[in-house]
Order: sequence, then structure tokens, then C-alpha cells
Amino acid sequence: MKHKSPVIRLLLLILIGAALIIGSGYVDQLRSYQGAQVAIFAIAISSIVLLTGYSGQISLGHGALMAVGGYAAVLCQSHLHIPYPFAFLIGALAGGVAGFLLGIAAARLRGPYLAGTTLALAVGLPSLANQFHILGGEQGLLFDVGNPPASLGSDFTQYRWFFVVAVIAAILVFWLLRNLLSTRYGRRWRALRANPTAAALSGINVAQAKVLAFTLSSTVAGLAGSLFAMLLGLVAPLAFTLTLSFTLVTGAVLAGVSNLGGSIVGAVVLVAIPELSNTAATHFGGSDKVTANLPGVITSVLLIATVLFVPNGPKLPRMKFLARTRQ
Amino acid sequence: MTLIIEKLHVQHGAITAIDDLSFTINQGELVTIIGSNGAGKTTLLRALSGLLPVAGGRAEWKDKSILGERPEDLVRRGIVHVSEGKAVIPELSVAENLELGGIWRKDKRDIAAATAEVLELFPRLGERMKQGADTLSGGERQMLAIGRAMIARPELLLLDEPSLGLAPLIIDQIFAAVDALRHRLGLTVVLVEQNAMSALSIADRGIIINLGQLVISGTSADLLNDPALRSAYLGY
Amino acid sequence: MQIFFNTILVGLSSGAIYALMSLAIVLVWRSTRVVNFAAAGQAILSTYIGYEAMTRMHNYWLSLPVAILAGALISALVEAIIMRPLAKRTKGTPVESIAPVIATLGVLGGIRSLAGLIWGNTFLQYTSPLSSKGYMIGHTTIPFSPQNAAIVVGAAVVLLLFAALFKFTRLGLALRAASFQPEISRLSGVRVDRVRTIGWAFAGAAGAVAGALVTPTTYLSPNSLDLLLVSGFVAAVIGGLESLIGAVVGGVVLGVGFAFILQYIGTSVTFSAAFIILIIVLLIRPQGIFGKGSSREA
Repeated sequence: MKHKSPVIRLLLLILIGAALIIGSGYVDQLRSYQGAQVAIFAIAISSIVLLTGYSGQISLGHGALMAVGGYAAVLCQSHLHIPYPFAFLIGALAGGVAGFLLGIAAARLRGPYLAGTTLALAVGLPSLANQFHILGGEQGLLFDVGNPPASLGSDFTQYRWFFVVAVIAAILVFWLLRNLLSTRYGRRWRALRANPTAAALSGINVAQAKVLAFTLSSTVAGLAGSLFAMLLGLVAPLAFTLTLSFTLVTGAVLAGVSNLGGSIVGAVVLVAIPELSNTAATHFGGSDKVTANLPGVITSVLLIATVLFVPNGPKLPRMKFLARTRQ
Repeated sequence: MTLIIEKLHVQHGAITAIDDLSFTINQGELVTIIGSNGAGKTTLLRALSGLLPVAGGRAEWKDKSILGERPEDLVRRGIVHVSEGKAVIPELSVAENLELGGIWRKDKRDIAAATAEVLELFPRLGERMKQGADTLSGGERQMLAIGRAMIARPELLLLDEPSLGLAPLIIDQIFAAVDALRHRLGLTVVLVEQNAMSALSIADRGIIINLGQLVISGTSADLLNDPALRSAYLGY
Repeated sequence: MQIFFNTILVGLSSGAIYALMSLAIVLVWRSTRVVNFAAAGQAILSTYIGYEAMTRMHNYWLSLPVAILAGALISALVEAIIMRPLAKRTKGTPVESIAPVIATLGVLGGIRSLAGLIWGNTFLQYTSPLSSKGYMIGHTTIPFSPQNAAIVVGAAVVLLLFAALFKFTRLGLALRAASFQPEISRLSGVRVDRVRTIGWAFAGAAGAVAGALVTPTTYLSPNSLDLLLVSGFVAAVIGGLESLIGAVVGGVVLGVGFAFILQYIGTSVTFSAAFIILIIVLLIRPQGIFGKGSSREA
């Protein structure tokens, strides 16, 4: 197994990030937006990789955890007037707290019971916002991070700025996660996932490891949620549907559920599919029915095919420097 | 009706569990397969009944290969395997477990007859028909497992360590029942056992395997009288 | 007092639907140890097929068996074409327990999108000869219509049929044996693969009954059974996943619970209510009301 020093890893990531940021100056608004989407999705998917690919716990409710982060960030900014970079951090923390609570409950649950609880969370939590006025009800709350810093010049569009912010966040998250997963915590989680009984017998505090994984995973999801809010310009229950939670799990599986680097691939695929299927639909003279539903069909078929034919994820050689070299 | 095993090879991951094993069993014989733990005895039975894939060699029953078949199909060809560990379904009642034995058969009258025979052989089961199989003692469960197997009207019975964990008195009872069955019905029996003494007392022949390979085979009398074997496998 | 009584009635009707979906999930769980997240999706597709039958034959009652057959067939196909090969391929690998979750989620999304592709996302009406307006008792209308009565009766019939099947038939015994101890069942001659597919088929039929009975009271669209997706599952988990009785009890508990929350607190908390009810039950009994053993036995 290759072990890169964390510093080299960071430098590599910074290099990639710089290249992406420079490159973003040459593409149009839509691509910048989509690039930001990919980066944010990648962060969210990496939280699933941590939780499911490593500690073996399933969550169908990470969309709700993103919502927690998003709402927390927005509320901090609008009510406490905290500048948005710190709002993001608070969003992450909020996600972490929610994850901690959920993780404690989850530690006692296995398999379908955990899936069911997170499923219920996915639909239950966002709709809570409808109840409380402070959460903006159905319309939600607006989130305006303002214009890009003046020092970048007047040509620097907002979407490009979103992209830059998202990429920086993604680089940090990936670096931190990659390092974390190489430590004994990562090993513990993998042992836990492979065989919980054996792990317990070999002295690993299973409950503790599970809760830790859930907490960290939710922290990352909370951050993703805050960034998502930035991108959308608002938070509302409809932004965090059950489909979002399913999409995250899909993205994690598409590239190999324990493949951290694969989060990026998964994110790209998830953003590309609606784009490509729209092109295909208009090409085939599609009606509304087709354009609305073709992405869903394609994603589902892809998902089923992936899990059926390459259940451990496709081999992605170019991702080796980020991913594990052995599953 | 013979069981012919020739150069059988079974892999267990990277380990060779059965290596180049050959033997023949004729109809009506009760042959016991003896060996220490991990010798491959259970693996052999599981391979014969279709639970494990076979990597090489030949295995035929009544001149037709039994390799690559599913267990449920082999049952219909008369091969019934009573797996180790008191193979009953604890969540079902005693009666339901017995019913399971004949579940694939169409002749209702014969199923009833077979069930009656089993209850005559093991009266204790008859007393507990409505009870859950999880309430039975170890010996009763073994009787239930064998009884269920008999309702399938097997021609070749594969028994995996029926004596495991049972008191000597019960072991004698069960072995006596198996012996009576095979004499009455002309059953061919492959009996895998660690309890070599009891097994050889009802068997016609014995096959000793170690590490998946055949060590020696012979009549029970010969095996019981061979001092080297006695000390190695029979303990005295 | 009237309100209390009404709430119970509403809860009974919706509880019957949840019970049917929960039954579908428990049937699949018991036969293959898999949670079929696609159950509600299969149900909506069967309902669409029933709808087509109804519009062509102009007969609601004849469209029901069509929907049921479609439901059974779709479910059997999902099991045979996707789940069975998946189980074989992932046996012993680290993704063994998660792969079926992903696969059924994929089937769910695929079926819903397929339905949208074929029939569009607009609301259709699956008309039934039974009125969805509440019965009149004296001068008051109670929130329980002939269609609701059909729902409760239909659910009861399905439950009784399944109970009889499991207890009194050979197939039922084979289904139970195969779900408890597949290896011993094989060695007893049970065609376990075939039996599992049949289990799924029955589950699909139950879901189809739910869809065909409840849809006349609202509208038909690819997402109209979404609430069932969560509720059916939550009901099954509350009931413990292990027994058919548990499935039904879970459904009724959830239905009545929802009805009361809806009545006395308000509509918008419905989804949150599901979550809260579930958490409460699982905190007290992690294996569900009728579940056996520790929460580890998943």
C-alpha cells in the first residue's frame, strides 16, 4: 500500500485545485456552476464513503444532515451576522452535533433498522422547517454570500467564486479525510465494517468507533449542506429531499463505496447525467415527460448495473494517489 | 446402485480440503468415514450433497454423475444429507420439521406411512409433535433430523457426526436406529464420525481420511484389530 | 368525542394501507433477508397497469386482479433478474449487506422514472365505483367512505389469506423453512430459489392491492405513493420485521398515530411524526415490537 506523506498529498491537492481555479476562468457560467456542484457533491459523497465504505453503517438520510448544516449556516449569517466562511464552519459543526446524536441512536441499530431510521430522518427532518417560523417555513430562508472579493477584479463572476470556494473546501476535506483514514481510526473502521464481532473481540470499542464515524461523516455533510445553501442562494425543505439522500448514496456506490477519490468521479457522473440526458432527450425530440424522467431512468440503470457488475466499484487507476491502492 | 468416488478434489479457498480421494460404496453398505478434526469429512459430505463445488474428479451414484447438481435436486435422486449440528429448524414445530422431509414428494399416502414409521422408531418425537423444535434435547433433535431425512425415502443417506455432543446412551440408541433402518430398507449409508468405536460397531467398512486424503480403508473388523490404527484413531 | 372517533376511523383506513405495504416488506425480508426499498415503486407501477386496465375495460373490480398480477410479476422479475444474481455475486464480499439496499433503491428510482416516462407526471384519476365521500350518519359525514371500507376489508382479506397460506399450505411451510434455514431446506428438497421468488411475488401482490385500493381516494402520479415508501417501511420496522402480525400491528399503530397527530397537531408534521414514532419505538425496543432477539440479528 502506498503511503504518501500528508504534506506531499496536500501539495498535490493544492496543485490540482490551482489548476482547476485557473481553468475556471476559461469556461462559461454554467460550467462554473456545475463545477461548484461537482465539488459540493464530492464533499457530500465523501461523507458517505467515510460512513458506509469505512465504518460500514448505512445512511439514507444524509440529505437531512446537509439540511442541518445549511440551515445552521444561514441562520448564523442572517441572525448572528457571522461572515460566511465561519458560517460554513458552524454549519459543519451543527451537522456534527446532529450526527453525534444520530450516531448514538444508530450504534444500537443494524442493517435495515438503521436504514429505516435514516430514511425516516430524511423525510422527517427537513419538513420540521415547515413548522417553525424562524426556519422560514416552506419558502425557506435566503442565503446571500455577497460578491466575490474586489481584489479578484470585476470580471470574476459569482458562480466562479462559488466554484473557488467549493474547490478550496473540497481540497481541505479530502486532505483531512485521507489523512484520517490512514490512521488507526481508519483501520478500526475497516475492521469494524469487515467483521464487527471480530473487531469487538480484538478490543475495538465498536460503539465508540461507530459514533465517531457518524459524527465526522455528518460534520462533512453539514459543511456540504452549507456550501449547497451558498450555491442555491437559499435553504428550504424542498432543497433537501429524500432523492438527495439517495443521490448521495448512489454517487458513493458508482465509484466504489470505500474509494475516497471516487467521490469525485461519482459527483461528476451525478452532475453529468441530467446534462447528458437532456441533450439526448432533445435530440430524440423528447416531450416534457422524457426530459423530466430520463435522467432518473439513466441514473437508476447505471446504479443497478454498477452494483450488479462491479459491486466493489470500478477500478480507477488514475485516482490512486487519492484512493486506496487496495480495497 | 453404487456410489463411486474417483480422484475427488475439493478446494476451500486456497486450501485443498479433499485431495485425490477415491472409494466405492455398494448398495446396502454402511461405510463410516473416520478421521480427526479438520480431516475433511464434513467437506466430503457437503461436496457429495451439492453444497460445495467440486474442483476435480468424479462422483457417481447409480451410474450418473452427482457433481454440479443442486442439493434440492439430489434429494429427488435419493441422496439425503443430514448435516452436522442437529439439522433441525428450531423456529418450526416437530411436526412441521417432519413435514418438511416429505415436502417435495407427491405420494401423500406414502408420506404418511413413512412418518408413521419414523414415529414408531422414535416415539419421543411423537410425544412432542406440536412443540417447537427448539425445545428438544440434543438427542431428540438428532432423532428429528434423521426422521425428517427418512421421510424423503432416501436411497443414499449421508450422516454427518450424529453423535456429536450426545450422551453415550443416546448415541447407542441412535446408532441402533440407523442400523435397523438400513437393514430393513436396504439403505446405503455414509456415516461420518469422530466417535470411531461406535461407528465401526455398526459399519461394514471404514475409511480413514486425514488432511483430505485417504489413509486406509478396510472392513470394520480389520480396522478394529489393527493396533497401529487403534492407537492412532481409536485411542487405545 | 366525535372527533376522537373520526380520527380512529381515518387511522384505521390509512393503517390498513400501511399494513399492506409493511406486509410486503416483511414478506420479502423473511424470505430473502433483504429490505425491498422498491416496494412502493413496484406498487405504483402495478397501480398504473391497473389504471390502464380500468380505462380500457371500464371496470374497477376487474382491474384489481390485473394490478395484483402485474405486481406479483414485477416483483418476481426484480428478484430473479436483479436480486438473485446480486446475492450470488456479493456473497462473502464486504458489500454483501449494502448491495441489496443500493439495488432496491435503484429499482425504486428506475420504476418511478419509468412510470413518469410512460404516463407523464400529471395527475391521473383511477376511478372506482365506490365513493370516496364519507358515509352519512344522521346529519354528519364521517371521514370514512365506502372506498375506505374497501381498503380495510381488502387489507383484512389479504392478511387472512397470507396467514392461511403460511400456516396451512406446503408452500407456506416451504416459505417459512427457506427463510429460517435455507441450507437445511435445500437438503430437504425445497427449491429455495424458486420459493424466494414466490415470496417476492406475494409481496408485490400485497403492494399492488394497497396501491389499487388507496389511489382512487387521491390521484395517480409517479410520486403519489411516496409517503407509503417511508410509512410502509417504518411500520414494518416498528412491528419488528419478523412476523406478519407485527407488520399489521405496525401499520395500524402508525396509521392511528398519524391520524391523531394530524388531527391534534397539524398536517405539516406528518413526516416528522413518522421519524419520531420510529425513534421512540426503536429506543425502547431496538428490534421492533414483535422482533426477536437482539438488534444485532439483522
